[in-house]
This record gives sequence, structure tokens and C-alpha cells, in this order.
Amino acid sequence: MLRVDITKQLGEFSLQATFESEGRVTGLFGASGAGKTSLINMIAGLLRPDRGTIAIDGETLDDVAGRVHIPAHRRRIGYVFQDARLFPHLDVRQNLDYGRRMNRLDDDPAQRTRVTDLLDIGHLLERRPGKLSGGERQRVALGRALLSKPRLLLLDEPLGALDEGRRAEILPYLVRLRDESRIPMVYVSHDAAEMRQLATQIVLLQGGRVTALGGVKVLSG
Amino acid sequence: MLEITPAEWTAIQLSLRVAAVATLVATPLGVALAWLLARKDFWGKSLVDALVHLPLVLPPVVTGYLLLLTFGRRGLVGAWLADHLGIVFAFRWTGAALACGVMSFPLLVRPIRLSIEAVDQRLEQAAETLGAAPLRVFASVTLPLSLPGVFAGMVLGFAKAIGEFGATITFVSNIPGETQTISSAIYSLIQTPDGDVAALRLVAISVAIAVAALVGSEWFARRATQRLHGN
Repeated sequence: MLRVDITKQLGEFSLQATFESEGRVTGLFGASGAGKTSLINMIAGLLRPDRGTIAIDGETLDDVAGRVHIPAHRRRIGYVFQDARLFPHLDVRQNLDYGRRMNRLDDDPAQRTRVTDLLDIGHLLERRPGKLSGGERQRVALGRALLSKPRLLLLDEPLGALDEGRRAEILPYLVRLRDESRIPMVYVSHDAAEMRQLATQIVLLQGGRVTALGGVKVLSG
Repeated sequence: MLEITPAEWTAIQLSLRVAAVATLVATPLGVALAWLLARKDFWGKSLVDALVHLPLVLPPVVTGYLLLLTFGRRGLVGAWLADHLGIVFAFRWTGAALACGVMSFPLLVRPIRLSIEAVDQRLEQAAETLGAAPLRVFASVTLPLSLPGVFAGMVLGFAKAIGEFGATITFVSNIPGETQTISSAIYSLIQTPDGDVAALRLVAISVAIAVAALVGSEWFARRATQRLHGN
């Protein structure tokens, strides 16, 4: 379970968000500039809130009053960025293996096969990121995050940088991921159709405030 | 005419050794400093930045004299190092390496700093979310991606160290076999009657080393761009 209760001032923009989510896929929905990326950057530990708390499964990650801030590298929260951010000096195999090495996890060939099969990236292992298409890059980024064995997966508009055709190519993988992996996800998007297909619970963010919480029906309201 | 005399060989070898030691010792320091200047904000940062660049704008004879005052046998640091660690710089080839290291430091640091600044910080963030602690982010992402810049800085620093003259001769004098580098050998030769031909030979060698360094540094810079684009 994810609990967020924070405020953050970013220049002129003030972000104030309180929500709890139990769902398998929490959809963080809002127009661009609503504060979605800042919010998940705080969950990831890349940005510090000015006030408040963030906790996952009862473990406090941030508590400003109590001077608690677990750094990003110790949170075990996977993050799939809109722009993939694969390491250009490593091939796909090394990119996929990066999180395991950094977390000093044991080699898990079965898990690796499962993830590469799920995302159909087995044939790309020897390639450098520069030789991948946008959709392939995003699938590898997903695999890289999954293989670090996170307890929560953040996806920041993972389809945002792709054209219509590519989106249709990736979306089924995300649905499969939701149904086959046990990792809870926070899915950020401004696309209502994507949200309806993926999210089990919606947090509606408008102008830095949470304006609605609930099932996918809040999208039509 | 093209025959290189043993004395000239000594000067060439000494120059190469002095420049190599200066570059190898300065590089880790340069990388650490370049990273600090590129990635961190701290009190006194512009002062540190100015200090690094100082040898570039100070008259070399001033830098040499300051080194003599500090690292000379009776200098504050020099006396301590000699008494406690047995390290002596004054009138030794190690002093020449120190002078060359200081003089070439700005040229070494600059390309490294630029290449660290060019590394996309979003990649470093991605590494963090994958469990990499700050030092491992540096070792596994920042450093490999800026490696061509590190090599470029080393090549430039090495070339500068080979050619250093003013600070070296002021600090450690011009002793054949100990502190007489190519530059100070040329200086001595052109003050000697009939030394022109020998001086020209050394000049040609200097030019060759400098050109090779510039070509090498250019090559590394091109590699850097390729690497950053993931090909």
C-alpha cells in the first residue's frame, strides 16, 4: 500500500497531494503541468517534499518532520521514464542486468527469461540502445526496471514519446505486465483511454491538487 | 644531422618520464575536481575554479618561484615532506614533475569537466532508481561516459607537461640528467655556439609530440560524441 501526504513548492507552482492507494495499478491522471511527474519523482526519492510523509507497505520513505529521507537508491522503487534513459555505453543485456548488479542480487536466469519473453526483447540483447527503435527502447527500459525486483513500479507516461502505432504496440505488454507480475504500479498519463485500459484505481490531479479519487469511473465525471 | 646524441636522448627520456608521472598523478585529482566543479555547488567553488586556472594566467616564473617557496628544501611543505616522508622536490626530477603537473593541471581538468557536464544527469537519476549509490553511479555511468574526455585531458596535459619550461627551470633549475627536459635543453643549446642544429632536432621532436597530442585529443573527442549517442 502506498500512502502519500506531501506539499512541495516548485517556483510559482504549489503541489499538495494526499492519497492512499491499494490498487494494482494506480493511475495518476491529469493534464500536463498538473504536477504528476514531480509527484512520482518524490515517490521515487529523486525530489524531496517540503512537508509531509510518503510510506509504502507501512515503511516510511519520507517524513520531513521526523527528518527521514530514504535516498532513491535504497528505495527499491522501479522507474520507467518517458524517455527510456537506457545507458548508451551498455548493450541491452548489460542494461537489463544493471539493477541486479547494483542491488547485489543473485543471478536469476529464470526471472530474466520470463521478463525478456514477456516483453519480446530476447533478440535485442546484443544491441546498443542507439540501434533500437523507440518502442524497443521503452520495452527494454521496462525490463530493466522489472529485473531490479522493485516493490513498486513507477511509469511516467511510458507511451508519451511514441507515435500512435508504437503505442498500440506497447500497450498490450503493459496489460500483460499488470496481469502477470505481482508488482504494484503507479501509472502516470494524461490519456484517458490508456487509463481505462490499465488502471484499477485513479488519482485525479489538477493544478497541483488531488481533485478526485476512486475507480476508473471518475474519468468520465 | 639527424643523429640524436646521448645527451639529447637523456633530455627526451627525462621529459617523457616527467610528463608521464605528472599526468598519471594529476589525473585522479583532476577527475575528482572536475566532478566537483561539474556536479556540486559548494561554498568557495569560484575560488577553487580560479585557483585551478591560475597557472594558466600567471607568469610561469611566478608559479615556479611560488613552488620553490612552498616545496623547496626550506619551504613550509617541502621541509615537512623531506623530514617526515623523505620526499624531496628541490632540484630533482620529481620537482620537475610537480611543476609540470601544476602547470598542465588547468588543461587536464577542462576537457574532463566539460565531458562530465555533458553526461545526461537523467541517466544518473535512472541509475539511482535502479539501486546505485552515488559512488557507483559515478563509476558505472558518469565516468565511463566521460572517459573519452578524460583521455583527451590526459593527452593535452601530457603535451603541456612535455613543453613546460618557465616554472620548471625556476623551481628545479637546468641540471643535465636530472632536471634538464627537452625545453631546457633547447634553451641551453641555443645559447651555445654551434648548438643550432641540435636545438633544431629537439624542436622538431617537440613539434611532433605536440601535433600527435592534438590529433589524439581530437580523436578522443569524436569518440566521446559517438559514445554519448549510443552507437
